[in-house]
Amino acid sequence: MDRLAFDIAHLLAGGVLLVSFMMLYQDRLYALLNVFALHAFVLALSVAWQATVQDAPHLYWTAGIALVFKAIVIPVALHRIVQRLGIHRSIETVVGVGPTMLAGMALVALSMVVMLRVTEDADPLAREDLAFALSVVLLGLLMMVTRRNAVSQVVGFMSLENGLVLAATGAKGMPLVVEISVAFSILIAFIVIGIFLFRIRERFDTVDLQALDRFRGERE
Amino acid sequence: MSAFSAMPIDPVVAVLATPLAAAALLALLPGYRITARLNVLATFVTLLAAASLFFAERPEPGDFLMVDDLNIVFVALNTFVGFTTSVFSASYIGHELAIGRLTPVYLRFYHAMYQILMFAMNLALVANNIGLMWVAIELATLTTVLMVGIYRTHEALEAAWKYFILGSVGIALALFGTILVYMAALPVVGEGMQAMVWTTLIQSVQTFDPAMLNLAFIFLLLGYGTKVGLAPLHAWLPDAHAEGPTPISAVLSGLLLNVAVYAVLRFKLLLAANEAALTPGPLMVAMGLTSLVFASFMLYRRRDIKRLFAYSSIEHMGIIIFAFGMGGPLANFAGLLHMVMHSLTKSAIFFTVGHIAQIKGTQSIADIRGLTETHPWLGWGLVLGVMAIAGLPPFGIFMSEFLVVSSTFAREPLLALPLVFGLILGFGALLLRLNGLAFGVPAGSTAPSEASYLPLFAHIALVLAAGLYLPPPLVAWFQHVASLLG
Repeated sequence: MDRLAFDIAHLLAGGVLLVSFMMLYQDRLYALLNVFALHAFVLALSVAWQATVQDAPHLYWTAGIALVFKAIVIPVALHRIVQRLGIHRSIETVVGVGPTMLAGMALVALSMVVMLRVTEDADPLAREDLAFALSVVLLGLLMMVTRRNAVSQVVGFMSLENGLVLAATGAKGMPLVVEISVAFSILIAFIVIGIFLFRIRERFDTVDLQALDRFRGERE
Repeated sequence: MSAFSAMPIDPVVAVLATPLAAAALLALLPGYRITARLNVLATFVTLLAAASLFFAERPEPGDFLMVDDLNIVFVALNTFVGFTTSVFSASYIGHELAIGRLTPVYLRFYHAMYQILMFAMNLALVANNIGLMWVAIELATLTTVLMVGIYRTHEALEAAWKYFILGSVGIALALFGTILVYMAALPVVGEGMQAMVWTTLIQSVQTFDPAMLNLAFIFLLLGYGTKVGLAPLHAWLPDAHAEGPTPISAVLSGLLLNVAVYAVLRFKLLLAANEAALTPGPLMVAMGLTSLVFASFMLYRRRDIKRLFAYSSIEHMGIIIFAFGMGGPLANFAGLLHMVMHSLTKSAIFFTVGHIAQIKGTQSIADIRGLTETHPWLGWGLVLGVMAIAGLPPFGIFMSEFLVVSSTFAREPLLALPLVFGLILGFGALLLRLNGLAFGVPAGSTAPSEASYLPLFAHIALVLAAGLYLPPPLVAWFQHVASLLG
């Protein structure tokens, strides 16, 4: 692979990671959704670039799904849901922005150390892609545990899933990538429909055990 | 090999196509009586197809499907419990319709989902492709999420949501692990489908990069471990068991957890075949023991009867993962036996609990008392089931737990201490609760039940029979599979 193609792939994968960081400090739901749309857009660019470089036309499908479904349809649908449920004011975070950003940096450092050490023999592009992808996955998880609101939790899950798509497209010639991205899109569609139908506002987590136990009637 | 090889229909295809066709049909047909019977019929045909797998000539493993000595055990167990649960479901669902918890439209949906779940689980078991296995497990998760939330009460939706989010995270981690396995295979096997085919992977795994495999296994263990319900990733499991329809609790506990165990085992085999990679045993032993001890403690504080047995499932999954983590012929044999016994016993318990909760109109343990007096069949069925699950002789679980403990004592005496501690703790909690449920002054409704006792007592009889006498061919088969597991 020539130097330029390599650098562009690198730039785009790094861009996805950067946008992941941007999501961590958003404290308004609308802003969060816009940043997520950007996340999906950069991902679509990255996947399309991989399709060109690897000469794997089926990956254009994955890029198309990311662009149409995740960068346009889902953010618009979530915008409407937020409007209907009247929860656009702010995001309740469990942890403050400062500690979250620090934790995010630590996670990225961790995934770089782990992945770059583990994949010494692999193709350099694939290994750096994987390191970026793992960082995006971990930041998505971090977002899911630091947010209380169901919508922002779903956004966290989708950014995690974007990380997986990044990993899958970075793995050269991996079969079933398109099928897997379709399967994930169905999953996400179900989640979004679920939020809308059942008007789930808060996430149900194990942090607030007391409230949950009361709810289950396991404690008086 | 036998008459079956001349059959025009491949049994593997039949195991997959029957539930799929039944799902389409059940989604269209109205009427409770016909659909409940059709559901039973479809699971029965699937069971027959699975049984014929033992006799039919095995096809060469393809890029997507395969049958080997390991997964055939899982498929047989899966289809058998799927069949008995559908018999139980027929009598259970009638009552739910009568009291209006389910409407006819939801009933159609329920039956279709039941068959799709059977399809997804069978597909995950016969998949020879780690990508396909992942897709099948995702499908199984999705259908169970929909079924857990089918009553649409606040609690059911909470449970479904929690299951959904935690299950999705687990599934996502498992996919990352799958991608890493592909990356590890890439330099050796080359690009394309072959690098995801399990039979190809196991042949050439010795030359894979061990560091990559290690990392992949950690993701896979965490991801599929979430579906097994291993602590600390178990949070979805009690809610999902407690709030959905009871046949689904039985299938979740008895079958879906096994499918996830199977996925973990497949990847454990991959790692074990590569000498330079880390030994997966200690990780599994640690997670298994944690789950066992944690769930045993949690059993004491339960107030909801289905939640109680859900924690007991976590406990037993801990024992199974522990046994497979120990490895070696004896511990693997014990793990396999324990898995089969647990599936049979736990689904039998959920059959009784389902009817009991319907009669009493509550799942609260405090409101259910003196069952042996008011409902002798259900009461004594529960007593037998709980005795079996607690590990009392002469039931099969006693034997498998005994094998796990004795093989651990022989090899790692120190590990046996927390193991025995957890077992005794869980035993105490279950008997304590059983005492209140089954004996004493009756409380709550004493309405007669319209239960079908056949699946319940068939399971308990099998567990009892296995505890008294295991037929030599079965023992030989299990020993053979245990030796495959390394």
